[in-house]
Amino acid sequence: MSGPKLCLWGLSRCLIYFLLLNVFGLLFHLPMAAAQQRLIALDKLQSGLAFTGPEILDLQGDDFANPGLPFLEKGAKLWNQVSGKNDKSCQSCHGELKSMKGAATRYPAIDKASGHLFNLEDRIRHCRQKRQKAAEWPLESEELLSITLYVTSASNGMPIKVSIDGKAQSHFEAGQNIFTTRQGQMNLACTQCHDQRYGIKLFTDKLSQGQPNAYPAYRIEWQRLASLERRLRFCYTGVKAEIPAWGHEDMRNISLYLMWRAQGLKIEVPSVRK
Amino acid sequence: MTTARLQLPARIVEGDVFKLRLLVQHPMDSGFLRDLEGVLVKRNVIRHLQCIFHDKEVFRVEPTTGTSANPLFEFYLRATKSGELYFRWVDDKGYIGELRQKLVIEPANQSKAPKP
Repeated sequence: MSGPKLCLWGLSRCLIYFLLLNVFGLLFHLPMAAAQQRLIALDKLQSGLAFTGPEILDLQGDDFANPGLPFLEKGAKLWNQVSGKNDKSCQSCHGELKSMKGAATRYPAIDKASGHLFNLEDRIRHCRQKRQKAAEWPLESEELLSITLYVTSASNGMPIKVSIDGKAQSHFEAGQNIFTTRQGQMNLACTQCHDQRYGIKLFTDKLSQGQPNAYPAYRIEWQRLASLERRLRFCYTGVKAEIPAWGHEDMRNISLYLMWRAQGLKIEVPSVRK
Repeated sequence: MTTARLQLPARIVEGDVFKLRLLVQHPMDSGFLRDLEGVLVKRNVIRHLQCIFHDKEVFRVEPTTGTSANPLFEFYLRATKSGELYFRWVDDKGYIGELRQKLVIEPANQSKAPKP
């Protein structure tokens, strides 16, 4: 009943905003003022852990039983492992892990050489290919996820802060666009669940805010470590939408938007999710 | 390759009942799931896991497809004498995993007044 009316109201409101934006944009040079509006206030941000049950909380907090820990150990081994034609390990160039402090809080970021948007996995793959000249680690392989987890662990407890200036701006806008546009047979947008209805139950579990601060995470359902990209693909399945190919730029764009949206949330790995 | 980790209390005194936690890294493929390319993953679970202490079996479990990946086994033992804990497990592929751990048990404090 109220659908069309709401739509019209939304449309006219959009128009007003658009006009206002133009006026202000022309007068005060604020082209991004409305586009960067936060749908969840910064002080309302909650890690996915807040929406899981006590079992997951216990498991993640357990220094022995946390299933992500073996992967962290594997990552540490890979960091020091020499491989490739250049006979180098990560350690030979970067030194100890503490040199990676804060790296995970800044990705996805623009790669200066190619101009593409890289997430942390892409950066590691690139490094492995160009600097180590070693065999490629496929996306979602245990090696790649383990080393990503290890590098991310250097930023544990640090607040997320990605840059959306310069070349990253168009990626940010594309990501925001995907996040707020209805898609799939369910005709749902990410924002409808994760901005407007978090905390409400969907089947047996609470809807989370969809925060990216704990990836790569050990997912109980998949019984293994999983990247943010795989988690996003699963959301596409959830709304019955066509999933982009592995490594597609769309996924990087959404990741960038999610990381901007989670600004200030603390990195927490190794994490466990349902 | 599977690896395992064992957690013991920092200090065990003779007569104590203490908890052991064993985490075995194993995919525990149930045989019902497909990988990311849609190919059925062959069943590979730990069939048999036992703990031997002083040539005597003190704990045995026979997991099946219902057990999660990287399973965590918890059980209790009563401390009597020091020795070596020996864990051994076999999976569907015939892989045999082993873990040996020295167990040091402190003698009970004699100066304490015996309970009435």
